[in-house]
Amino acid sequence: MLQVLNAEGLVQNGQSVPDLEPKEILELYRLMLLNRRIDERMIKLQRQGRIAFYVASIGEEASIIGSAAALEKTDWIVPCYRELGAALLRGFTLQEFCNQLFGNNQDTFKGRQMPNHYALPHLHYASVSSPVGTQIPHATGLALGAKLTGEKDISLVYFGDGSTSTGEFHAAANFAGSLNAPVIFLCRNNQWAISVPVDRQTANPSLASKAAAYGFEGVRVDGNDALAVYNATRDAAEYARQGNGPVFIEAYTYRLTGHSTSDDPRSYRDEEEVRLWEDRDPLKRLRLYLMSESHWNEKEDRALETEIKDAILSAIREAEAHGPPSIDTIFTDVFDEQPWNLREQQAELERSLDTMTIEQEA
Amino acid sequence: MPELNLLQAITSAIREEMRLDSKVVVLGEDVGHFGGVFRATQGLQEEFGEERVFDTPLSETGIIGTAIGMAIYGLKPVPEIQFADFIYPAFDQIVNELSKMRYRSAGCITCPMVIRTPFGGGIRGGHYHSQSPEAYFAHTAGVKVVIPSNPYDAKGLLTASLRDDNPVLFMEPKRLYRASRGEVPDKSYTIDLGTAATVRKGTDITVISYGAMVPLAIRAAEQAENEYGLSMEIIDLRTLIPYDVETVIHSVCKTGRAIVVHEAPKTCGFGAELAATISEKALVHLEAPVYRVTGFDTPFPYSHENHYLPTTGRIIQAAQNSLSF
Repeated sequence: MLQVLNAEGLVQNGQSVPDLEPKEILELYRLMLLNRRIDERMIKLQRQGRIAFYVASIGEEASIIGSAAALEKTDWIVPCYRELGAALLRGFTLQEFCNQLFGNNQDTFKGRQMPNHYALPHLHYASVSSPVGTQIPHATGLALGAKLTGEKDISLVYFGDGSTSTGEFHAAANFAGSLNAPVIFLCRNNQWAISVPVDRQTANPSLASKAAAYGFEGVRVDGNDALAVYNATRDAAEYARQGNGPVFIEAYTYRLTGHSTSDDPRSYRDEEEVRLWEDRDPLKRLRLYLMSESHWNEKEDRALETEIKDAILSAIREAEAHGPPSIDTIFTDVFDEQPWNLREQQAELERSLDTMTIEQEA
Repeated sequence: MPELNLLQAITSAIREEMRLDSKVVVLGEDVGHFGGVFRATQGLQEEFGEERVFDTPLSETGIIGTAIGMAIYGLKPVPEIQFADFIYPAFDQIVNELSKMRYRSAGCITCPMVIRTPFGGGIRGGHYHSQSPEAYFAHTAGVKVVIPSNPYDAKGLLTASLRDDNPVLFMEPKRLYRASRGEVPDKSYTIDLGTAATVRKGTDITVISYGAMVPLAIRAAEQAENEYGLSMEIIDLRTLIPYDVETVIHSVCKTGRAIVVHEAPKTCGFGAELAATISEKALVHLEAPVYRVTGFDTPFPYSHENHYLPTTGRIIQAAQNSLSF
């Protein structure tokens, strides 16, 4: 397993730190911390009934942000639903995210999807859907699109260990291998698909080895080590961009919280296992590294925490102040133009709402 | 004007559009050098190269899923699903991904593409080479469903589909691939999606149909006229989603009677939708219930496919039931 930093944040013997400026590594840390604090706050918000649902990435920030950081801005990121960090890195703002969580009238996506489901094509970040694995072939298609048009873009698709059981994973990996598409399959092996452990998904103890069946390379990297994930992704990106075809990266990590706010992991896994992985916290590891290299100190960390907390609270306040989108948003964007049946159905709903208003007023 | 069969008209539409639009890319099983199992893409790889016309591994999920990614990238994919009977592995990609992409991204991402697939019976293909699954897709918000019944319409509708900004499921009545011939211009032309054609004028009863059932309905109408003096008006829907409700209702208001003919099973078939809409919009003009002449609610049979498929006799019987109601 590729590893640059050990759990104490020290560079392992013989390992090279990515060729990044200290401020660039600090930016990875800032994004990981932002991601962590957003997740913690939003879980609370869900518990308070202020948002309906939330999917966190606590414990997996390094696998997500470390990989996204190694791509070019025009490379396509194809998300599962747990990659807020990659979206933030590309420029998705906290306010846009909060508006989406609340499904308010400022939400770019018009309140049509449950929390954590957004699409940022202007940032070359595809659309989130709930079914797992369905996005994987899209990444093969995006990569092929670049290849067929002679562009140098590649794609990177995120999915979990559970998704390796889907037909889509098989189809996408097989298409990518056969058609030599420049795509990185980044599997966040967080070891749990809701309550089902990875050893029930497959009898193969190495997800990375699955790549061999499709005729390309697979590597396993410590998913809690942002620098190792960065290195592995940078190498894979270069390899794919040069026309050598796809690469599979298994980022070995752990989901420290529930699958979503609808889940209670205490009912299916050992607290001891969770504590073990808390000790391998990717955030702590990168902070220790930055401090040991004198790029960061406690005082700066406290200041960043305060700045992040204020930004999150302010974005929530703003998002909560707006009402829902207008009712016509139900009926638009089904097609480019509204067909007759949708015009009729919209009018029918509007009439019934008018009637209700009249009845209420009476 | 050259005379082409329906299959040649389809090839002609793709070829002309590929010449005009470099974004159009054909992919699927056997569509490359081989030109497709029905030869719909014959000669295209030769003319446009392996980058724009290519074989994929054998997986419908992979074909449509990959095409979605290509469409997001800005290409206009034309994936072929070899038989409509084989489309179900791609059902999730079509229903949950392709057709919802515009809506869920609030218009930020569109996935214009044309999924071509041969469908329908009458070729002794049994369960798995004869199905008519259009209703599953007509029930799905966000995908247009287009079905031609003759070579001229096939080229015009396919060209319009290729220029449409929405996903289109283009279902080709394979029974007519070589059986239906007609004049087709060399150059590109379009027929607006969502417009039906009144292919036969009549006064006594309206027959609404699409695909391979249209020529059958025409034969039934000719027979009914000769033998019983019945005047049937025949509407070829051409597009199921969104369908031309005005033409349908206008005709039914005129004749006061309607029959829907399709090969797909009766229950929850597209005929049920038409019957319900006619009753909502034209009940007071109706002299009789809307009758459906359809396949049966069984899997598609092999030896008895001619009894499963609608016949001129069943259409005329339905007309007589309507008139004697």
